[in-house]
Amino acid sequence: MSIATATAAPITAQAFKSDCKPVWCPGCGDYSVLSSVTKAFAMLELRPENVAVVSGIGCSSRIPAYTSCYGFHGVHGRALAAATGLKVARPDLTVIAAGGDGDGYSIGGNHFLHACRRNVDMTYVVMDNHVYGMTKGQPSPTTEPDWDSKLSPGGTGLRTFHPLVIALAAGANFIARGFSGDPNGTARLIADAMRNPGFSFVEILSPCVTLRPEQREWKNAVRPAPVGATDDPARAARRLMTDDGFNIGVLYVGSRKPYQPPAAKTLQRLADLEAQFAI
Amino acid sequence: MNETRKTIRPKAKAPRSARAQAANPGETRAVNEAGFMARAWAMEVDAAERYATLADAMEEHNNREVAELFRKLARIEQLHADRILEEHLSRRPPALPPGGLQWDRGAEGPETADPGELHYRMQPYHALEIALACEQRACEYFARIARSGAVPAVRKAAKEMAAEEAEHVRLIEDWLKRTPAPRKDWAHDPDPPVDID
Repeated sequence: MSIATATAAPITAQAFKSDCKPVWCPGCGDYSVLSSVTKAFAMLELRPENVAVVSGIGCSSRIPAYTSCYGFHGVHGRALAAATGLKVARPDLTVIAAGGDGDGYSIGGNHFLHACRRNVDMTYVVMDNHVYGMTKGQPSPTTEPDWDSKLSPGGTGLRTFHPLVIALAAGANFIARGFSGDPNGTARLIADAMRNPGFSFVEILSPCVTLRPEQREWKNAVRPAPVGATDDPARAARRLMTDDGFNIGVLYVGSRKPYQPPAAKTLQRLADLEAQFAI
Repeated sequence: MNETRKTIRPKAKAPRSARAQAANPGETRAVNEAGFMARAWAMEVDAAERYATLADAMEEHNNREVAELFRKLARIEQLHADRILEEHLSRRPPALPPGGLQWDRGAEGPETADPGELHYRMQPYHALEIALACEQRACEYFARIARSGAVPAVRKAAKEMAAEEAEHVRLIEDWLKRTPAPRKDWAHDPDPPVDID
């Protein structure tokens, strides 16, 4: 890697961070994810004014405020709906949707399926901590069935949602898993996801050390995926079905053509708009 | 699928970051002294920025004592970065690759603290332990380059940097000795976040 003496200030990851200070708990994995996202933007040499970060509700969904890009902090579970609309209307923008496991897989579960199916060219980053953090620790779709807490005595006993398998089955064009404790590796995953046309899904294990302190052990559980990405959905499905949730890396890269409706004509008169609504 | 996956239970004592334990064979990317010092400068800037972020996090959670300590560490690292810039880089910040430098360990710079090590009830002693680990990694990083097959000017500069970092290690160790060690139940919260009446 070469380093030249500066003649003009480059766009650094720091330039993609806003002056708004995160209110996440000390030790939260989302700090590192913010760092990874901004590093990915810098790696791709984007400019803040050409990027939009869209989120729903939850701890991790606060992320748009912490970037200097355009942001939309939407309603619970609707990050992908808003991001889809934005990307379709403004295909020139780089659109990132971000949020947590509750927002994305439960309240927004239906949007997740159809965003994968539509394959609009955007990237969805999910900071998965297997718990509803903002509302103080209810089990989320990815919470382990035996997680015993005051809010789920004895555990829920419910099988966990497997977002990567669901994404594959629903048609996502790029599937990866990262870990917040590996911020540079995760930055590269996000950058790869953004480079890949179509709907890219990056699930990031991001510990909630306040409500789930045992997740500090994740750093000892994660490991690079033993084999590289495949473009064969059947092979990817087999791999993901036997996955224990701690393999890190790009797991599937498809080649489906992204969905992008033709640009609508710019209307010159109000009457033309009204005519479109005529029954 | 992970239907049978069980909750991972914490061990009695969480080990230090896996990053700190990772083997990191000789890092000799810098081919000349200016390139090496640019990496050293970037390492210090990253460390300073990270300490500032950690200070913000602790301040947000009203742990002002630890916040102030991280703020102080950020100032120390920034001073070190400024000195490198002045003495070795003609006061001109080097242009870094988009997305920042890549390090052999595949993670962040050797002196950059891991935000995952924080705890909302942590005490200054814990913050100093984090700082000590960072300084030790920085010292090892430079010492490794000093022992490597890099050009003599880089090895000489690396040796000097390693000596400086070793001095920082000693300073933090002294600081730790003067800082009260936390009680065993320091993390106990009488009003824990997960309890809801």
